[in-house]
Amino acid sequence: MRMTRKVTVSSFAALLLFGLSACSGSDSDSSALDPNADLSKQTLTVSIWAAYYPEDIAAKFEEKYGTKVTITNHATNEEVMAKLTAGGDSGIDVAFVSGQFAQALAAQGLLENLDKSLIPNSSNLIKEAEQLSYDQGAKYSLPYAWGTTGICYRSDLMKGDEPTSWNDLLTPKPKYKGKITMLATERWLMLPAQKALGYSANTQDETEMGKVKDLLIKAKANLLAYDDTTFYERLVSGEAVMVEAWDGWCNYGIAKNKNIKFIVPKEGSDLWADTMVVLKTSKNKEAAHAFLNYIYDVDVHSWVVDNILYKVPNKAAMAKSLPALVGDFPNMGISPAELLQQEGLVDLGKASSLYTRIATEVTSK
Amino acid sequence: MGSKLGWLKLPLYGALLFLYLPIAVLIFMSFNESDAPFTWTGFSTRWYGELISSPEILTGFRNTLIVAIAATIIAVVLGTLLAVGLARYQRSAALEAIALTPAIFPDLALAIGLLTLFTNLNYALGLDSVIISHALFCAAFVTAIVRGRLHQIDSSLEQAAADLGDTAVGAFFRITLPSIKPALIAGALLSFTLSLDEFVIAFFTNGPSTPTLPIVIYSMVRFGVSPEINALATLVLLTSALIIIIAQRNLKVKDQI
Amino acid sequence: MAQALVKTERDANQRRALISRSIFLIPGLAYITIFMLVPLGFIFFYTFLTRGTYGGVEYIFTLENYTRALDSLYVGILMESIMIAAAATLLAFLIGFPTAYAITKLPSNWQNVFLLLIVLPFWTNFLIRTYAWIVLLNTQGFLNKGLINTGLINQPLEFLYKPGAVILGLLYAFLPLMILPIYSALVRIDPAMKEAAINLGASPSQAFRQITLPLALPGVLVGAIFVFVPSIGNFIVPELLGGGKTVMVGNLIRDQFLKARDWPFGSVLAISMVVMLLILFFLQARVNKAVLGEKSG
Repeated sequence: MRMTRKVTVSSFAALLLFGLSACSGSDSDSSALDPNADLSKQTLTVSIWAAYYPEDIAAKFEEKYGTKVTITNHATNEEVMAKLTAGGDSGIDVAFVSGQFAQALAAQGLLENLDKSLIPNSSNLIKEAEQLSYDQGAKYSLPYAWGTTGICYRSDLMKGDEPTSWNDLLTPKPKYKGKITMLATERWLMLPAQKALGYSANTQDETEMGKVKDLLIKAKANLLAYDDTTFYERLVSGEAVMVEAWDGWCNYGIAKNKNIKFIVPKEGSDLWADTMVVLKTSKNKEAAHAFLNYIYDVDVHSWVVDNILYKVPNKAAMAKSLPALVGDFPNMGISPAELLQQEGLVDLGKASSLYTRIATEVTSK
Repeated sequence: MGSKLGWLKLPLYGALLFLYLPIAVLIFMSFNESDAPFTWTGFSTRWYGELISSPEILTGFRNTLIVAIAATIIAVVLGTLLAVGLARYQRSAALEAIALTPAIFPDLALAIGLLTLFTNLNYALGLDSVIISHALFCAAFVTAIVRGRLHQIDSSLEQAAADLGDTAVGAFFRITLPSIKPALIAGALLSFTLSLDEFVIAFFTNGPSTPTLPIVIYSMVRFGVSPEINALATLVLLTSALIIIIAQRNLKVKDQI
Repeated sequence: MAQALVKTERDANQRRALISRSIFLIPGLAYITIFMLVPLGFIFFYTFLTRGTYGGVEYIFTLENYTRALDSLYVGILMESIMIAAAATLLAFLIGFPTAYAITKLPSNWQNVFLLLIVLPFWTNFLIRTYAWIVLLNTQGFLNKGLINTGLINQPLEFLYKPGAVILGLLYAFLPLMILPIYSALVRIDPAMKEAAINLGASPSQAFRQITLPLALPGVLVGAIFVFVPSIGNFIVPELLGGGKTVMVGNLIRDQFLKARDWPFGSVLAISMVVMLLILFFLQARVNKAVLGEKSG
């Protein structure tokens, strides 16, 4: 406890004296990375979605490279974005964010351009996945996992009414009223209505978004809740029968109850990618690159797939994991070609305030 | 004792039932064997075992303890000085109002204000920024309690000491401090408990790599109903109960209001 | 000469008093200034700035954030928040007053025990207490199972994820903050006053209405503020028990800062909330003064 007090008192004194500006790193410093850096002298703070990685990944990485890794969790993209865009050094070296959020971070100049020579394993990345719309050429981000969004439902509780369309979710039969959830994060909150109306998931057209809003407000009357994190549990417990879900997350439900199924609605859906990015403020960029490289190792990435039940754009890793998984979790078998037919989500820039406003209108009505 | 109450028994016991029913359910389910959130399957203490072997909970607990202890120390020093100053040297309703405001000000407003301040100073968020922030409202509670105590005790002794040539600081240490000791202890325990449970301000002013226990609990709660939370709830309840009972022995609840 | 000596001594005394005053007052007041008043100044300043496309602020001065706050969408959310917080406050009063009154009727050693029982839940983690209601009220939860088992209902009832659930959660969270100040106002009432009223021919219910209620009013007001203030700025209860379907001003402010990254607009909302609460504090002080004035008059 003595040390604690000392740290506290000194930082407190520093704050009172306003002698603080010294602690922010200079951002002009983009000197080349040292391929021979001693990684055991570096430490990493990695922010990942909770339960989205094998539990001992930090320990395994540390064992191999001697780098001490601290993993912090975020529940949603928005949570980690708040930390990363607050200004100053967030203390995070590697962040896991969805593609369109990585694009927004890059636009603010917060991301380090990746040095592929330090990530030789990135050659395992499927070629098409290198050209995803949010970051063509994978300049500042590497996809960790990818997939699509669809409807996850209880086939035993919806016999004869198995959903095939976004409209089944948005305007369900009366008996399913109050047993449906939709995702709460803005882009995915809009997605079902955008696709049901035949619009782009990246539309910036105000008239189109007006119609999206009206449809979503109508749909709200049938919802149990907006839920980003516990929807699959609600299916397992029977509290919900049909939820908007990311493919991989539906698998957590399927693992607990075989009657849970996943479909991509016929109107189409999105192609999302959860990416790994290195922050410009990181003082451990070599170790950060080594971490990305480590993930792209075929054995490691395959181990990740086995743990998180999400697809990854790493051909060899998928080939290794798929045979054992596809029987239980059919959506793992969705091929890269099929995924690439869906629409990639990109950052909306200024139009994001239109989305925020509509999300507020819908959720507060 | 109940006979005098008559129909008033209904609201009294009703309120207690309302307050304790949800907690009782949590405690009960914390001993559930399976991880089925709503079905009792048998008695087990396995969730307590999982709890104390979970690194996230342990780190969160350690961080919370560091914050609560440090914030309490700062709050007791600042709050006591301020209370004595307000009671003995500068009676001013306006200053008093300012001194107590952090205690009743909406936590969300304090939180975004502090976030804005730290961001503008380019100050990296971490446990120290949470400590600074917690000490702010904790100090206001200490001020209130010590101020209340100073109201009750006679200032003539301090006056006499001052007349006998003692310095203000000397009189403070020899006369005032011993007489307000119970209030100090109560204030410290109150600060400690408040900081221990505080979520909103910590959520805004903490860095990503040093989650406090309430922040860990928040992410657990968002990921659904789980038996570990039930076990954790039981332990938190017991700890808080213990601290509050000790605090109450030092200062009757009545006086705190 | 002697006069001069007295004067210097007086000066010295004054200086000493000034020094001791500074030692006691300056650290605390400086702390509050730096960490509360300056930050509030920052927030106020932000209300006149423009948001950057990707968060942050641009130093382009504008009043647009204020006109935006007057949009019916946001006024509507503020109104709904006031309604929800007021409903929680009213219910807390309806339950809290008789409870506090009952406690004053107990023998004094039991009074402390019951007060402790009332405050104890308040000291367990707020998130956990809110979460407990999910376990209890879920369609698969205990209350529904109990009701189905007793045959009172055959379909589980949806208690959660409605404004009513939010009110319940807030009431539960802050009820002790209503009971304590009412209790402390009630115990301070001199029983002799009530007896005198009864001796003068007032019925017990008249005495209650004319003596007890008005004298308890300051306690009720403090309790009302203690419940209303944390309720209106709350974003956890609407999120957990409202299922994201109820938006309160607290959620809106949180989202502007952490999701939409629109700090200037978030600042306007926060300042509006603070101003509204300051008005409440002011009104409470006025009523308090009036009641106390009446008592001494």
